[in-house]
Amino acid sequence: MARSVSTRRKALNTIIAWTIGLMIVFPILWTILTSFKTEAQAINDPPLFFFFDWTLENYSVVQERSDYMRFLWNSIIIAGGSTLLGILIAVPAAWSMAFVPSKRTKDILLWMLSTKMLPAVGVLYPIYLLFISLGLLDTRVGLVLVLMLINLPIIVWMLYTYFKEIPTEILEAARMDGATLKEEILYVLTPMAIPGIASTILLNIILAWNEAFWTLNLTAAQAAPLTAFIASYSSPEGLFYAKLSAASTMAIAPILILGWFSQKQLVRGLTFGAVK
Amino acid sequence: MKLKSVLCAATAFGLMAAASAQAETLTIATVNNGDMIRMQGLTEAFTAKTGHKVEWVTLEENVLRQRVTTDITTKGGAFDIMTIGMYETPIWGKNGWLVPLNDMSEEYDVGDILPAMANGLSYDGTLYAAPFYGESSMVMYRTDLMEKAGLEMPKDPTWQFIREAAAAMDDPEQDINGICLRGKAGWGEGGAFITVTANSFGARWFDEDWRPQFDQPEWKEALTFYTSLMNDYGPAGYATNGFNENLSLFQQGKCGMWIDATVAASFVTNPEDSTVADHVGFALAPNSEGVSKRSNWLWAWALAIPAGTQKADAAKQFIEWATSKEYIELVAEKEGWANVPPGARTSLYETAEYQEVPFAAMTLESINAADPTNPTVKPVPYVGIQFVAIPEFAGIATEVSQEFSAAYAGQQTVDEALAKAQAIVNDAMEAAGYR
Repeated sequence: MARSVSTRRKALNTIIAWTIGLMIVFPILWTILTSFKTEAQAINDPPLFFFFDWTLENYSVVQERSDYMRFLWNSIIIAGGSTLLGILIAVPAAWSMAFVPSKRTKDILLWMLSTKMLPAVGVLYPIYLLFISLGLLDTRVGLVLVLMLINLPIIVWMLYTYFKEIPTEILEAARMDGATLKEEILYVLTPMAIPGIASTILLNIILAWNEAFWTLNLTAAQAAPLTAFIASYSSPEGLFYAKLSAASTMAIAPILILGWFSQKQLVRGLTFGAVK
Repeated sequence: MKLKSVLCAATAFGLMAAASAQAETLTIATVNNGDMIRMQGLTEAFTAKTGHKVEWVTLEENVLRQRVTTDITTKGGAFDIMTIGMYETPIWGKNGWLVPLNDMSEEYDVGDILPAMANGLSYDGTLYAAPFYGESSMVMYRTDLMEKAGLEMPKDPTWQFIREAAAAMDDPEQDINGICLRGKAGWGEGGAFITVTANSFGARWFDEDWRPQFDQPEWKEALTFYTSLMNDYGPAGYATNGFNENLSLFQQGKCGMWIDATVAASFVTNPEDSTVADHVGFALAPNSEGVSKRSNWLWAWALAIPAGTQKADAAKQFIEWATSKEYIELVAEKEGWANVPPGARTSLYETAEYQEVPFAAMTLESINAADPTNPTVKPVPYVGIQFVAIPEFAGIATEVSQEFSAAYAGQQTVDEALAKAQAIVNDAMEAAGYR
C-alpha cells in the first residue's frame, strides 16, 4: 500500500517538475521556433507549433543587416571584463568581511545591497554626464566599469557567503606556517572556494550579458553589445517577430551554451555549504 | 612634359588628401521600420557620392526616444544625426538643441516638402528637421465584406456610418470583428488614437487658458462612443491592442475595418504577409456628424542634427541626400515605387508612376486634411493633432491613456476615467506653471 502511494507521489512529483520546467523553458523554445517561421507564420492564429515550412531566411536577413560578430565581441568583453574586475575587487573585500569582521561589517554589507534598490534610471543623468566628461561614452571600458560597479554588491555578497563556510582554523594554520596575506588568499582560500567563485563568475557573466539598461543608454555604434542588437529588431509599427526571434536566438545562444556546459558547476556552487 | 605629370600627380594627391581629411564617419540614431532599414541598405550610394561613412544605431522607438533625449539634453554628442518625430522637433528647436536647417542647397528644393510636414517640423518659421517619411491616418476596410454587407464606403465616412458598417460586417462565427482600433495605453499608442477621435467629436485637451477639458461633454461623447463601438464590434481584449496587434488581426482577415496610420496600407496590401491583400479599400478618417474636423493625425519621422555634434556639415549633406528627390528615385529604381518613403514631398505625388500606387492619393489627401495648428473645432493654445507639443505631454498623456485603457477593459466607468484624467492633467499643469 505504502509502495503504491510512493510511486504515485513520485509520478506526481515528476509531472509537476516537468510542467514547471517546461513553463520556464517555453518562452525560449517559442522564440527559437518563431525564428524559423516566416513573418506571416509568426503571427498565425492559432499559433503554429512544429508543422510549418521551416526557413532560415530570418537568420540570413539578420546576418546581412547587422554585424553580429561586432555585437558579440562587445558582449564578451563587457560581460567577461566586468566580472573579472569585480572578482579581483570582491575576493579581498569578502575575505576581510568573512574573516576579520569589524563592528560595521553587517551594516556595510546591507548598505552595499541597498544600492541595488535604487532604480537605475534614477542615476542615469549623473552617470551620463560623468561619462561625457571622462570621454567614456560608447566605450567598452566605460561599460566594463559601470557593470562591474552594478554587480559588485552581488559578487561580494555571494563570495562572503561562501567564505563564511570555510573554517577560520585552516587560514590560521596557513598563517602559522608563515603564509603571507597574499599567499593565504591565493593559495589557501581561493582553491577551497573554487566552486563558489566559479558559480559567482557564471552568474555575473549571465547578469552582465543580459543587462539592457546601461548597455543601451551608454552606447551608440562602437561599444553596443548584443542587447542593442536585439533592440534594433523590435518595432511598434510593423511586424518583425520572426526576425526579432532570430536576433534573440543568436544573442542568447552563446550564454545558453555556456550555461548548459557549466550547469553542474553552477548547481554545485549555488548549493555549496547548504548542508553542514 | 615631366613637370606637367608631376604637377598633375601632386594636384591629384592633394585633392585626395583634402577629400580624405574631410571625410567623416557619421553616427545616426534611427528607428526600426521598413523605410529606415531600406535606407541603411542604400547608404553606400551616399558614401560613394561624398566620401562620408555612416554608422547606424537602430533602436526600438521608445528606447530610441529615451536614448536620444538623454544625449541631447546633456549635449553628449553620441550622435551626429537623430531620427525624431513631430512631437520633439518644435520643443527641441525652441530650446536651441537642434541645428537649424534653413540653409539647404537650392538643388534640395525645400519648397517641395509638403506644407503640413514643413509646418509640423518647424519652430518660429525655421525648419529644424527634414521629413524622411510622413503619415496620417485613414480607414482601411475589407471591400469584399463591405460588398457582402450591402454597404458602400463613402470617401469621407462619419463615425455613425462606421458603426453601422461595423455592425454589418461583424461575424463572430467566422471570427471576424466589425472593427479593430487601438486601445493600448501609451501616449503614442491608444493615447494618440483617442485624442484624434476626440478631436472629431469637437473635444480638445486644453482651452485657451491651459485648463484641461476632460469634464466637457465632447470628451464624454467621444469616449462613450469609442467604448461602446469596441465593446460591441471590436476584438476581445482590445484594451491592450496597439498598431502591431491590429495589423496582425487585419492581415489574417479578422477585421472588417481598421483605422490607423497610412503607412499600414503598404503592409495590408502586400500579398506576402497579408491574406486579404486584394480586398482592401481606403477612406478618409471619420468625423462625427456635424463636426468639421476629421480624426486623422499627422506624423513624420524626420532627420535632425543635434547642436552638440562636431560634424554638422557632413550631417547636413547626409540629410540633404536622404530626404531628397534623388533618394526617392534611387529607391524607386531599386525597389519599386510602392516602397519609396511616402508623405514627405509634393513632387512624389505628382509622379505618374506613384499615382498608380493604390493608397497614394488617399495618403496625400489625409495628410493635407491635417492641420496641427487647428486640430479641433474650438481654439487651442497648443500645436499638434494627436499630441500637444509641450514637454510635459508625454508623461501626462501616458497616465491619461492608462486610465482610458482601464475603462476599455471594464475596470472603471467612462465617467470615472474622465474624472481621473481631469485631475491628473490639472495637477500636472499647475505643477508645471502653466496656470
